[in-house]
Amino acid sequence: MSKSATTTLTANKRRNGLWKQICRRWQLFLFLIIPLAWLITFCYIPMGGVQIAFKNYMPKKGILGSDWVGWTHFLKFFNSFYFGRTVGNTLRISLYSLCCSFPLSIIFALMMNLIINAKFKKVVQTLTYMPHFISTVVLVGMLNQMLNPVAGLYGNIYRLFHPGEYPVDILARANSFDHLYVWSGIWQNLGWNTIIYMAALSGVDPELHEAAQIDGASRLKRVWYIDLPVLLPTASIMLIMNSGSIMSVGFEKAYLMQNSVNSVYSEVISTYVYKTGLGGTTNQMSYAAAIGLFNNVINGILLITVNYISKKLSGGTNSLF
Amino acid sequence: MAAKVVNARKIKHPLEDRILYAVVYTIIILFCIVVLYPIIFVVSASFSSGTEVQLGHVYLWPVKPSLDGYEAVFSHKNVMNGYRNTLFYTLAGTTINVIITVICAYPLSRRDMPMRGFFMFLYTFTMFFGGGLIPTYLLVNSIGMNNTIWALLIPGAMSVYNMIITRTFFQNSVPVELLEASQIDGCSDARYFFSVLLPLSQAVISVISLYYAVGHWNSYFSALIYLRKVELQPLQLVLRNILLATRISLNEFEDPDLMDGMVGLEFLVKYALIVVSTAPIMCLYPFVQKFFAKGVMLGSVKG
Repeated sequence: MSKSATTTLTANKRRNGLWKQICRRWQLFLFLIIPLAWLITFCYIPMGGVQIAFKNYMPKKGILGSDWVGWTHFLKFFNSFYFGRTVGNTLRISLYSLCCSFPLSIIFALMMNLIINAKFKKVVQTLTYMPHFISTVVLVGMLNQMLNPVAGLYGNIYRLFHPGEYPVDILARANSFDHLYVWSGIWQNLGWNTIIYMAALSGVDPELHEAAQIDGASRLKRVWYIDLPVLLPTASIMLIMNSGSIMSVGFEKAYLMQNSVNSVYSEVISTYVYKTGLGGTTNQMSYAAAIGLFNNVINGILLITVNYISKKLSGGTNSLF
Repeated sequence: MAAKVVNARKIKHPLEDRILYAVVYTIIILFCIVVLYPIIFVVSASFSSGTEVQLGHVYLWPVKPSLDGYEAVFSHKNVMNGYRNTLFYTLAGTTINVIITVICAYPLSRRDMPMRGFFMFLYTFTMFFGGGLIPTYLLVNSIGMNNTIWALLIPGAMSVYNMIITRTFFQNSVPVELLEASQIDGCSDARYFFSVLLPLSQAVISVISLYYAVGHWNSYFSALIYLRKVELQPLQLVLRNILLATRISLNEFEDPDLMDGMVGLEFLVKYALIVVSTAPIMCLYPFVQKFFAKGVMLGSVKG
């Protein structure tokens, strides 16, 4: 009896303490009101809105008033012919992209680190960061223009070697989509992706290099035994972040690069959600929301799993949270 | 110091190393050419004459220089309008973004903020899970923002990632002694924010402003889903409609007759459009480059 009384007393005290603290810091809460209202409205209310994935959404009845249908939309998607296609395309494209851009950016950072002349290094960095700021629309527009077999750069160069002839239209070949998507991404972001590695490399203790030099290690050996190990923690964090988004291919670029020829290869989950939910005339919002939710959940699980594995392997040092 | 340099020079000469440097420098120069060449080509093509572009005579420098492409672009009805809209969205959007981000990051950066961990969790959780496209669209639709300028300004009013960058800066780069000193002098929490913290945070504020501004300038997705009125559409959406169209209708120009006789107009217009829409960012870029790089670094420090 007395024990429970004391616990309620301390709980009361604590609650009072919290209340007192809040009163003392009321100005800070004033600052937080607008951002918090925004967060709740535009992040948490839509999270509540995912219930339409389990309902048959009718605009007239609203989200709350529509009828529950359980897992119908999910089952419909899993059984549809688009399930294999969109999931397959998404996984294929993002894995291809990850397998190329992840190692390449590490290699490129190591190479940039080998540049001795500081001015030249600065020029290289300025040049290679530049494409990062080109918008997706312009990037895809450039791709289309340059690969045009008649008036594009690709056609022009082809005709240097085969006068009077026109090359095969790469854009009209379905299976070239993957390569165009991935390599244009690397063109755009390889330089930018090295920033974080360059920063890690700048933290290498020069004494390590000096000691290795005195012991007769070549520059390549020093890259392998000094520079690369320094990059590993950063690299594993980057790998975690990238693996978490392996089930998501950005909507913007995939949608812009789609055409009637390559849709077998280019239809990814995000574009399919947009098309079924908002793009077409048919009202399939619930169905689209179900696909989106499915994708979100998989992404979340992936991120948590990869993070867990990395934490275990590194003994708690390499993890996001 | 001098001894060190001499020393380094003596050791740096093994043949093995020289081969490595030669290979690395070659690869880096090749990559720079690969990055630069398409950009130069687009600029050159946009300044060439339509006939030469269509015949495919442009390789590196403009052939028969002309400004036809730019004339056509600037007489296109939607382009100038899109340009004005984008300027507005970028200025207004960035202002809103920065204000909301900063006033959110400040309380969350204070160690004496009650329930700070809980609020931080609320924000970071949204980085890993969200409602998704359809529920967000329905919400924006239901509060009547659809097809208004607000759809581009309010739903994306803050990026949690940038907020965390700002918060980390407030925590790590502004000495906590300043807060203690001003509290002893009887400074309120609001006064501290405006008179001490903000003036010291120009670095992070410029970084996030740049991030937001580039984001607004380059984005087309929200406009694609929310804005159907042509007069509200930003440049990127106008660009998309023109760049990805196979034919350009002459009616879209203010003076269709002028454009009618122009050979290779479509190619020229597209090249010129790419230049016109990207030029502002590219001109600004060398000056702000160090800020961008700094931002990546700020974000990588966990607070």
